[in-house]
Amino acid sequence: MRSGRESGKPAEDGRSSPVALTVNGVRHDLTLDNRATLLDALRERLALIGSKKGCDHGQCGSCTVLLDGRRVKSCLILAVTLDGRAVVTVEGLAGPEDLSPLQAAFVARDAFQCGYCTPGQLCSARGMLDEVARDWPSAVTEDLTAPVELTDAEVRERMSGNLCRCAAYPNIVAAIRDAAAAR
Amino acid sequence: MSAPPVGAVGREHPRLEGRDKVTGAARYAVEYPVDDVTYGWAVPAMATRGRITRIDAAPALAVPGVLAVLHHGNAPRLTPGVDQTLFLLQEPTVHYRGEFVAVVVADTIEAAREGARLVRIDYDAEPHSTVLTEHHPDLYRPDTVNPGYPPDTADGDFDAGYAAAEVRVDATYRTPAYHNNPMEPHATTAHWRDGRLLAHDSTQGSTPVQATLAQLFGLPPEAVRVIAEHVGGGFGSKGAPKAPVVLAALAARHVDRPVRLALTRQQLFGPIGYRTPTIQRVRLGADADGRIEAVCHDAISQTSTVHEFAEQTAVYTRSMYAGRHRRTTHRLVRLDVPTPFWMRAPGECPGAYALESALDELATACGVDPVELRVRNDVTVDPDSGQPFSSRNLVACLREGARRFGWADRDPTPGARHDGRWLIGTGVAGSSYPARARAAAAAATAAPDGTFEVRINATDIGTGARTALWQVAADALAVPADRVTIRVGDSDLPAAGVAGGSMGTASWSWAVIRACEQLRQRLRDGVVPAEGLTVEVSTADEIRGQRPLARYAYGAHFAQVRVDADTGEVRLDRMLGMFAAGRVVNPTTARSQLIGGMTMGLSMALHEEGLLDERYGDWVNHDLATYHVSVCADVERIEAYWLPEEDPELNPAGVKGIGEIGIVGSAAAVANAVHHATGVRVRDLPIRLDKLLEHLPAR
Repeated sequence: MRSGRESGKPAEDGRSSPVALTVNGVRHDLTLDNRATLLDALRERLALIGSKKGCDHGQCGSCTVLLDGRRVKSCLILAVTLDGRAVVTVEGLAGPEDLSPLQAAFVARDAFQCGYCTPGQLCSARGMLDEVARDWPSAVTEDLTAPVELTDAEVRERMSGNLCRCAAYPNIVAAIRDAAAAR
Repeated sequence: MSAPPVGAVGREHPRLEGRDKVTGAARYAVEYPVDDVTYGWAVPAMATRGRITRIDAAPALAVPGVLAVLHHGNAPRLTPGVDQTLFLLQEPTVHYRGEFVAVVVADTIEAAREGARLVRIDYDAEPHSTVLTEHHPDLYRPDTVNPGYPPDTADGDFDAGYAAAEVRVDATYRTPAYHNNPMEPHATTAHWRDGRLLAHDSTQGSTPVQATLAQLFGLPPEAVRVIAEHVGGGFGSKGAPKAPVVLAALAARHVDRPVRLALTRQQLFGPIGYRTPTIQRVRLGADADGRIEAVCHDAISQTSTVHEFAEQTAVYTRSMYAGRHRRTTHRLVRLDVPTPFWMRAPGECPGAYALESALDELATACGVDPVELRVRNDVTVDPDSGQPFSSRNLVACLREGARRFGWADRDPTPGARHDGRWLIGTGVAGSSYPARARAAAAAATAAPDGTFEVRINATDIGTGARTALWQVAADALAVPADRVTIRVGDSDLPAAGVAGGSMGTASWSWAVIRACEQLRQRLRDGVVPAEGLTVEVSTADEIRGQRPLARYAYGAHFAQVRVDADTGEVRLDRMLGMFAAGRVVNPTTARSQLIGGMTMGLSMALHEEGLLDERYGDWVNHDLATYHVSVCADVERIEAYWLPEEDPELNPAGVKGIGEIGIVGSAAAVANAVHHATGVRVRDLPIRLDKLLEHLPAR
């Protein structure tokens, strides 16, 4: 979907482009440096610092956000390619009343220590649970045609793109199972 | 008789900042709103050793948005005298590849990054030496090893005792360079205002950062404020002031605007420290029943030409097990490499890998169960200092851990247990870590409305310190915890030491308790005045007055692995740690700390390895795709438990510290399990499948 105005075309300086980006339900009309990643646009232009920069190379998962509902690493996407797209960051996960079940479970299970990978873990978990709901298989899925059962092994495999050096992994798995059960 | 008040200490509690961390509200070092902010990007040297002969900043300055290129020719001058690794952008000398030699400052992060790529630097290169070997001609004995131990110790006559022993083990173990890799790269926001410097820094302790910046920039300490409210891990690498805070402060002064400067992930492999590679020869002489008569641990590690850091690798062996004849040595070589530094349990971690592996080899040689072997070699007096232990529950950890793990039915024969194509094995290792404390100050304020605020410049790098100190304060004030607020992570608060050496909670809670006690005393004398009532204390005298005792936490690790008989792939089925670490303030966060340390030990045993290219003197696998750390899929089942332990000789909270003991010995437990599964003893970590494959029995 394209926004109505002259989005996607380079601005006159040749180094930036106008982009209409919806973030956590709010539309932003921005002119962004063509080199800016989605992660840097979120953090430095929109002051949404929840998405973290751990490696800037798509290797750690700390910057994971949801792009049109699917989990992506925001450090690997040039923001100017996202005209008309919708992004959800950790700041958009909580409901109007309180924390989402996933966020509440992360707190209750102590599924983090330093908290730096946590926004990425949460966005990744949200996207992952949707993938499981759609029965997308993973490398550890035994039967590729049957409905996917959310086992610990499935959660571990599907969450292994999100590093946690504090190694809260067992608590992350438990929190995701809790939240999935509450769905 | 009324029931005693229910205390906060010892109770599960979610960490106080949990909500901020799951909503993205928690701010880390380069996430504070700052007007007119600029971005710094550090430029690493591409020569390994030599001198900069020319810097051409013009191509970088031509990038729209680039404001300045700082280097030794134009950067503000620093005052030498602190750690020489921080004397940055002052001289044309290059001590190692990757040393920061320039900083580009720009209006945007994109321009800064592009500018950094375009700075042209010419070098006069000199020959370099970057590889540690046991035969390096420049090996020397350091005066002390971290954090102040003698380099060598000897008791009895090791050579004679070893020669006379019925059973002997002589093995050399090697560990590669390990890189801390906290998830948040080292980063700083620096701004100058009216001659004062404010830094938001990713550090394990902002009091030392404040002192160092004041010294480097020739300022009184009160002209420098360093804030570290949330820190994305450190594991030792943020335990001292590091390059980013100096570079950001230099750049901010130069452009007269605030600067955000974060290192890249690649830049974390070197300039901020790493665990030195080690070469460790361990010799054990014992009687036929496995009672150790003679023990010797010779450790070799590296340091840089800039600053000496001597890992205390063999110190673990000095106090852990019995043996009348003992010797430990440390030798070091200065290489053209970055300076190694603290990484979770420096010394104890690699040292315990070697000693606890050697004990397993001794158990096999004697035909004694490895749990029983350790029990037989328990001591009642510290063999190193001759002092009694304040408490020592190593044997209890071994026994209770073995019971919970289900060790009793173990067939000691290597390679005896199969499950289809998988070879199954179990291993054990002991663990210990010193229980120290350092001086700290704390303040406590009572408000007229019955609430309290407790302030101390502790740092919560993810350990749960903020929450633990809040619990401790509530009990010391004898009020419900919801009436207490705790403030940490700001050098404007009463000064305290770094989160390191497993002494954070011990040291900080000591000061917090004393401040709260004194406040209660004062409150007995009258009502709280309208402006509140504040006391501030220091524990310096009390710490100096501690009785000389050997104070250690203990633990025992149990691991079960399965090894693919066809590929050599090692998987960890289960890991169980049993610890005796004094009182546990918050079981929720304590368990996370312990399993985190254990997992880092698993990572050390099977995954992590800094691979150095000798031609360039730098690590090739300097990112998180090629330097492997354990991921979620690697941790199938991991459990941590602790024994109730009351030790009145520690500190008022009765804690021993738990940040490091989880990693000590854990890699040995995994390696010992791999040997039990396969009969193959890999003595150089990590245990990659190619090291096993050629030795596995044919199927």
